[in-house]
Amino acid sequence: MSTVAARGDSALGRAGAWARRAPLLPALIFMIIVTQLPFLVTLVVSFMNWNAYYPNDRGFAGLDNFQSVLTDVNARKAILVTVLLTVGVVLISLILGLIVALLLDRKFRGRSIARTLMITPFLVVPVAAALLWKHALYNPEYGLLNGLLRGIFGDSAPQKDWITDNPLISIVVALVWQWTPFMMLILLAGLQSRPMDVVEAARIDGASSWQIFRNMTLPHLRPYIELSGLLGAIYVVQNFDAVFTITSGGLGTANLPYFIYQTFYTAHDYGRASAAGVVVVIGTIIIATFALRTVLSLFQEESR
Amino acid sequence: MTTTLARPAATDLEIRHAKQPRSGVLLTGAAWIIAVLFVLPVLWMILTSFHTEQDAAANPPKLAAPLSLEGYRSFFDSGPWPPLANSLTASVVSTLLVLLLALPAAYALSIKPVKKWSDVMFFFLSTKFLPVVAGLLPVYLFAQKVNLLDNIWLLIILYTSMNLPIAVWMLRSFLSEVPTEMLEAAQVDGAGLVRTLREIVAPVVAPGIAAAALICFIFSWNELLFARVLTGTRAETAPVFLTGFVTSQGLFLAKVCAASLVVSLPVLAAGFAAQDKLVQGLSMGAVR
Repeated sequence: MSTVAARGDSALGRAGAWARRAPLLPALIFMIIVTQLPFLVTLVVSFMNWNAYYPNDRGFAGLDNFQSVLTDVNARKAILVTVLLTVGVVLISLILGLIVALLLDRKFRGRSIARTLMITPFLVVPVAAALLWKHALYNPEYGLLNGLLRGIFGDSAPQKDWITDNPLISIVVALVWQWTPFMMLILLAGLQSRPMDVVEAARIDGASSWQIFRNMTLPHLRPYIELSGLLGAIYVVQNFDAVFTITSGGLGTANLPYFIYQTFYTAHDYGRASAAGVVVVIGTIIIATFALRTVLSLFQEESR
Repeated sequence: MTTTLARPAATDLEIRHAKQPRSGVLLTGAAWIIAVLFVLPVLWMILTSFHTEQDAAANPPKLAAPLSLEGYRSFFDSGPWPPLANSLTASVVSTLLVLLLALPAAYALSIKPVKKWSDVMFFFLSTKFLPVVAGLLPVYLFAQKVNLLDNIWLLIILYTSMNLPIAVWMLRSFLSEVPTEMLEAAQVDGAGLVRTLREIVAPVVAPGIAAAALICFIFSWNELLFARVLTGTRAETAPVFLTGFVTSQGLFLAKVCAASLVVSLPVLAAGFAAQDKLVQGLSMGAVR
């Protein structure tokens, strides 16, 4: 109490602690009810035998669900796919995004048009983007990729079945296409907040472009790279749309969200689906504790 | 703050690149090539949507085929208006709810901060890390019990919880730029709450509200997993409607492209119109 009063401005903040808290409470209570309660239920159900197809078998299951999730081949595969998908998409789109951001940081005629073109993929609704890649680009009979091959090399051109041959890569490419603009936008904003007078001084002192990039630009960009990588990872880990649309989880592309969706929605195994959900959450918490620290430091810098 | 820095930076760059014209042309060329490559799939989608199904399915592709509205006609004949209306309702109402809850919360976290405000901020952020899929089952069972399945209000509530943390973070970051000395001065001058809000707070926060609204709208409009599991024929949203095109049967490429384009149009329009807001929103206010 006393610290609050001391920190608050003498003229403004005489109101009690509850008056300060009041505006916060609706949002806080809403979030606790809508996001924390369901998760608690998930936690409880994960220790239960509960399959909607066998309603009479409901009961306490101990760690059975966790055991079956962690030993199930499909579940393990789903964990691996999730990691590959997330790391692949985030890394590739970060690097591509950085290259594009550096290119767009220069002043040239039509730069804002190029930037606008560049962000278009991110503004296509994810399901629509996945449909576009699946049907209009990858399709072996009438997709653009095979169409271009035949258009350039004639009738003897190889006609690949892109999704069947490389299911996971097909999904990664479609997602990289959508997420590169996201990375680019944040990194470009970072580049444009560089103090250019220092860079100019270094240039006058004879520093090469590479030296400036390596020793000045990159350190300055670091928090932006971390932020965009982290935010991208949060969204890509949870990706459902692309996996659902492009392969419907087939061909070994089911990631954890899809696996849980299937266990719950198709197999109606509520106990196992919940256990898988808990596993995802634990994994996310481990990653997040490391990641959050870096993000928080960035936000604190920004707000001085 | 960053914008004032960015402006002299641009002129510096001009000077720098005036010195090295040849590599400059190459780099500009590279920028254009990459930008065009990235937009190409969308252009192809637009072009295909205006072809007849026969021409759309041609291999090699017929770029100069006569234009047709066949794809759009068959899309609009398949009843997309209720899902589009549902998406609009869910996105707009949840965005309004988010702002309604986030504005006071952000105020309590910045201008007159509660104790341990950073813990609260951390809590809001941590809910974004909680995979939505982990809460799906309880929400489904609850909705089943209270008869909220296939009800647009269920989605509105879920989308509000999905976007509220983003909005709180963004708005706090904007509100913390409100000069507290000016608030105090206004208080001393006897300015009323309304005037203080209008003249000191609003100019700083209005862009933040716009950015938050934009990003909440986009994320709600795009959402698929909840909508797919929790809605049926009545509350179906546009992305769920699009999943009807997942399996390929017969000639329907023009129709798919038309459908994808129409459903993406609101997001494309909003995003293009407010590109700088997009950056602020996506970075939750960390980047201005």
